[in-house]
Amino acid sequence: MKAILTVHNLASELVTTIWTPVFVAIFLAIIAYAFWPRNKPVFDEAAHLPLREE
Amino acid sequence: MSQPSISKSMTIGESGLAVVFAVTAFLCVIASAKALDAPFAFHAALSAAASLAAVFVIINRYLDRPAALPPQEINGRPNYNMGPIKFSSFMAMFWGIAGFLVGLLIASQLAWPALNLDLPWTSFGRLRPLHTSAVIFAFGGNVLIATSFYVVQKSCRARLAGDLAPWFVVVGYNFFILIAGTGYLLGVTQSKEYAEPEWYADLWLTIVWVAYLLVFLATVIKRKEPHIFVANWFYLAFIVTIAVLHLGNNPALPVSVFGSKSYVAWGGIQDAMFQWWYGHNAVGFFLTAGFLAIMYYFIPKRAERPIYSYRLSIIHFWALIFLYIWAGPHHLHYTALPDWTQTLGMTFSIMLWMPSWGGMINGLMTLSGAWDKLRTDPVLRMLVVSVAFYGMSTFEGPMMSIKVVNSLSHYTDWTIGHVHSGALGWVGFVSFGALYCLVPWAWNRKGLYSLKLVNWHFWVATLGIVLYISAMWVSGILQGLMWRAYTSLGFLEYSFIETVEAMHPFYIIRAAGGGLFLIGSLIMAYNLWMTVRVGEAEVQMPVALQPAE
Repeated sequence: MKAILTVHNLASELVTTIWTPVFVAIFLAIIAYAFWPRNKPVFDEAAHLPLREE
Repeated sequence: MSQPSISKSMTIGESGLAVVFAVTAFLCVIASAKALDAPFAFHAALSAAASLAAVFVIINRYLDRPAALPPQEINGRPNYNMGPIKFSSFMAMFWGIAGFLVGLLIASQLAWPALNLDLPWTSFGRLRPLHTSAVIFAFGGNVLIATSFYVVQKSCRARLAGDLAPWFVVVGYNFFILIAGTGYLLGVTQSKEYAEPEWYADLWLTIVWVAYLLVFLATVIKRKEPHIFVANWFYLAFIVTIAVLHLGNNPALPVSVFGSKSYVAWGGIQDAMFQWWYGHNAVGFFLTAGFLAIMYYFIPKRAERPIYSYRLSIIHFWALIFLYIWAGPHHLHYTALPDWTQTLGMTFSIMLWMPSWGGMINGLMTLSGAWDKLRTDPVLRMLVVSVAFYGMSTFEGPMMSIKVVNSLSHYTDWTIGHVHSGALGWVGFVSFGALYCLVPWAWNRKGLYSLKLVNWHFWVATLGIVLYISAMWVSGILQGLMWRAYTSLGFLEYSFIETVEAMHPFYIIRAAGGGLFLIGSLIMAYNLWMTVRVGEAEVQMPVALQPAE
């Protein structure tokens, strides 16, 4: 069966196809952010945040 | 004494809110007079009375307060706003006891059905949503609001945003609980599990929830701390997602604006899917994300140790956000829901095991170097055991979402056991631990009235949980196996009533477990009450620590 190609079909096809790689990419970017060596001092500091009282 | 430089006048919030409530009171009187059914008339009258009371309180508060609003900082330190936190903590304890008590009553009704008293208002069908809403939304909700308002202030080093707004949130939320709860008893329900309140209660909750989001966000925005602490991310996810879920699941058309009955917009399997997309994410974002925020602030604070791995907490957060929202279909295995959707829900549920256990390990390992405190500090023990229960129920959940396992467990007491290991063990204990910390902090006390009583609470409640969940496991698996047993001739071996009879002893054990859990909470209420009443005040750090100008 051949689907009729319309703008709407194309858009919905595109959205349903690309959301998986897009979400995976975003998630990988988050992991990179979490493990980026330059961010380590900020996170080490943040881990102590509840202990800083005023 | 007097400060003549400032002339006293009402803020826009005070005058605006007073006018809005005055108009609301008027409209509610009309609604009450024109009501089509008695519960709606009652709720409209209640709302009118509450609106009038609000006008009175707002004006009275204005007359009593000094001309200037409370300062943001005093001597360079944030002037934290503890009033709404105290109110929510008190309401949490009150609703907790009420909810556990109703739970014990309906557990006893299942063991001894005569306890339904043959009255509509005390029938199981009406009391059961009263129990679930009282423990989840009233107890849990107030704990979340109280702790979120505390954590966001402390971790942002900023006073809670707004003057009346935080009060509007805490009082408004508890008024929603009152409307919802009395509605259940009077038979007002839209028959969606955990979303039973009718259209007018839903609308009110929407207004309150938006105010909650704004107060929280505005506090985060004016923070003095550059980094947004991970607990605030979890709280924010909880607040935002609950708003989205509430709006998604509850679009309904009232039969009349003067009646309580409405019809939900969705129909058939779409309605079922919406309902369990809502229902499961209420578990994921109300009962998990919100209480994980408590874990990430209160455990480090109580153990006096930093978070084990802050990196893991970031991954924990985002993995949970990405995965949870897809897991709902596992509530609809073997129904009219398309098979692929069921499998999708199952797959995401199994994947959820990873972030859940990552978070559990992060919480437990925060005790590195402080394990000895478990022996001496029963509050910390409560918090840590809650995380262990979190690990246990987040292992059990994905397992039960597997279709073959679900074919045995679904519709049986196993589900009830699973839910309560999470609700009593995880949500209950982490809330108790947080309140045991929060009450002395908010009321400025040196410590709790009695750690010995906390110890009693811990052991009595733990014994209660063990009785509860082990009874339900045995009962559930027994029930599931009896339902699917066939004779050699291919007939069903047991009639339904035989399965009910077989479950009777377990229902008694379950009620006993629930009773112990209730006794524990009464010990706690006494302890917290005495902490506030006779507890020694914490000595404030001298301001002299500030460097000289």
